[in-house]
Amino acid sequence: MGSIRLEGVHKAFGNVNVIPNVDLDIKDGEFVVFVGPSGCGKSTLLRLIAGLEDLTKGRILIDEQNVTNAPPAKRGLSMVFQSYALYPHMTVYNNIAFPLKMAEMDKATIDQKVRAAADVLNLNDYLDRRPGQLSGGQRQRVAIGRAIVREPSAFLFDEPLSNLDAALRVNMRLEITELHQKLGATMIYVTHDQVEAMTMADKIVVLQAGNVEQFGSPLELYNKPANRFVAGFIGSPKMNFVAGAPAAEHGVHEIGVRPEHFDLSTTDGKWKGTVGVAEHLGSDTFLHIKTDVAGLLTVRADGEFGVKHGDTVYVTPNPDKIYKFNEAGLAV
Amino acid sequence: MATQSSRSAARLMMAPAVILLLGWMLVPLLMTLWFSFRAYLPLRGGDQGFVGFDNYVRFVTSSAFWPSIVTTLAIVVGALAICIIFGVLLAILLDQQMWGQGVVRILIIAPFFVMPTVSALVWKNIFMDPVNGLFAHLWRFFGADPIIWLSDIPVASIILIVSWQWLPFATLILLTAIQSLDTEQLEAAEMDGAPVLKRFWFIVLPHLGRAITIVILIQTIFLLSIFAEIFVTTGGAFGTRTLTYLIFQRVLESQNVGLGSAGGVYAIILANIVAIFLMRIVGKNLDA
Ligand SMILES: Nc1ncnc2c1ncn2[C@@H]1O[C@H](COP(=O)(O)OP(=O)(O)OP(=O)(O)O)[C@@H](O)[C@H]1O
Ligand SMILES: [Mg+2]
Repeated sequence: MGSIRLEGVHKAFGNVNVIPNVDLDIKDGEFVVFVGPSGCGKSTLLRLIAGLEDLTKGRILIDEQNVTNAPPAKRGLSMVFQSYALYPHMTVYNNIAFPLKMAEMDKATIDQKVRAAADVLNLNDYLDRRPGQLSGGQRQRVAIGRAIVREPSAFLFDEPLSNLDAALRVNMRLEITELHQKLGATMIYVTHDQVEAMTMADKIVVLQAGNVEQFGSPLELYNKPANRFVAGFIGSPKMNFVAGAPAAEHGVHEIGVRPEHFDLSTTDGKWKGTVGVAEHLGSDTFLHIKTDVAGLLTVRADGEFGVKHGDTVYVTPNPDKIYKFNEAGLAV
Repeated sequence: MATQSSRSAARLMMAPAVILLLGWMLVPLLMTLWFSFRAYLPLRGGDQGFVGFDNYVRFVTSSAFWPSIVTTLAIVVGALAICIIFGVLLAILLDQQMWGQGVVRILIIAPFFVMPTVSALVWKNIFMDPVNGLFAHLWRFFGADPIIWLSDIPVASIILIVSWQWLPFATLILLTAIQSLDTEQLEAAEMDGAPVLKRFWFIVLPHLGRAITIVILIQTIFLLSIFAEIFVTTGGAFGTRTLTYLIFQRVLESQNVGLGSAGGVYAIILANIVAIFLMRIVGKNLDA
């Protein structure tokens, strides 16, 4: 139970329109990720859903109930904050038990639920510690534990992994995805990391300046970006955009080719260029190639492609994988 | 200060200050101890030699001793209670966004800048005067008989004056503590289903624990030794004689330096007992 619908949601702080107009339909059990550049309104949108900010206009429905004016506690949602917001003076046990105490459950039930949550999250050895005595990853799990004990209809995560190191982040990503499969609850997850978005999401919402640019599955966004912004935002490294003569060949304003959709050759090809920087990652090599016709391109080659700075290479975009955009930046 | 040589250099440079401070504290302390064992009556025969523990026995067996201890504790506890309760409330109020915030903050802090003698005189003459005081006018306006503050409820009046002076300090410390509370914690508690009062009780108050401890420790030390407020209002009459005031009377009014010194030693012991006691109960808050 946890479908969430936003209808014409508008939010302004004073006279700054942070969210101009958002419609969104999130189905029960979906893992939805909000991505977008910093300051685009992801946290604000999440806080609107949570009830921590008032809407300027529009409606929010949870399970078809209008909760636009309901206080946070009445919405049946749990949130994991970026800073975790654990209660520093309480033990891990009491942190996790807090929502249950507020719901005035009896001691035995609380104990049983807290221990069940601690089991799921491997926190059993830490129940007597304070948050200050835990590592970043453990704190994160406590925050999740506090969120799951109430059995909410949906979880809201605001960049929960941004304080963790790269290795731990990959781990926690898996753990959260597994948790989603185990609990089957709706999850809304905010991040500005498109790798997190691609790997975790059932559906991705790409936001820019408070507008929903596209809403769809990760592969839909990758294969059929609705516009230039989404095309540039999804995929790593970024898509190459080429305007001018090469685009005119295709009869459009601008074309886009992903780094992985080029054929490389040292002897012949469509665009001639020289290698600038070569980033060798082992499995892949990313070449920054300065071409005469198409400008600076990032191109992926396999790990063994042996070129170095200053070499001449030829690149040919894969004709099936050329994205075309009109003057307004919309895909055609 | 990691190396041997930087540590010894630091010691050498700190030495003059440490020695000066030590002398500053030790000389009066030793003189107090010295005189407390002697019969020293400057106007009645001067220094008449050692009398053993006579002064100590006489000081505690005097009928004024226990009442003065009770009065001291009443004033300290009363003023602390008022300062902390109203300090927390005022701090929460000042933390809210409101019009004229800057001015209000300065006004609230103002009493702290008024000298104790002046503020006691202001209270005595402008507010508490039974004929012309503002309170008297207020009472008469509502048709009541004015309270004769300083003789009817003298201890409460002094607590009121002292609290007024020390409330700004408490408010200031508690305000900075409240401002350091992470708003996300409050929001998390709100999402966890805690209504306003429970958020205050479970999140804000524990967060303020350390600041409250500091206020209690510092204010206790100063409140134990208030003097001017009593001197200019009741002059120690009507049961407002605190330990400090009693010592003053013994030394200056009775001209008995030996007896007063013995009282001074008791005051040192009392202050230390209170300090140890406070450290025990509230000190836990400081390590967390
Ligand atoms: N209380 C506020 N008053 C005024 N403007 C605000 C307020 N909160 C947020 N904003 C503005 O709203 C915009 C969106 O902020 P928001 O925090 O939602 O961004 P975000 O997408 O979460 O960014 P990030 O990835 O950096 O966390 C920003 O331009 C921010 O300056
Ligand atoms: Mg944010």
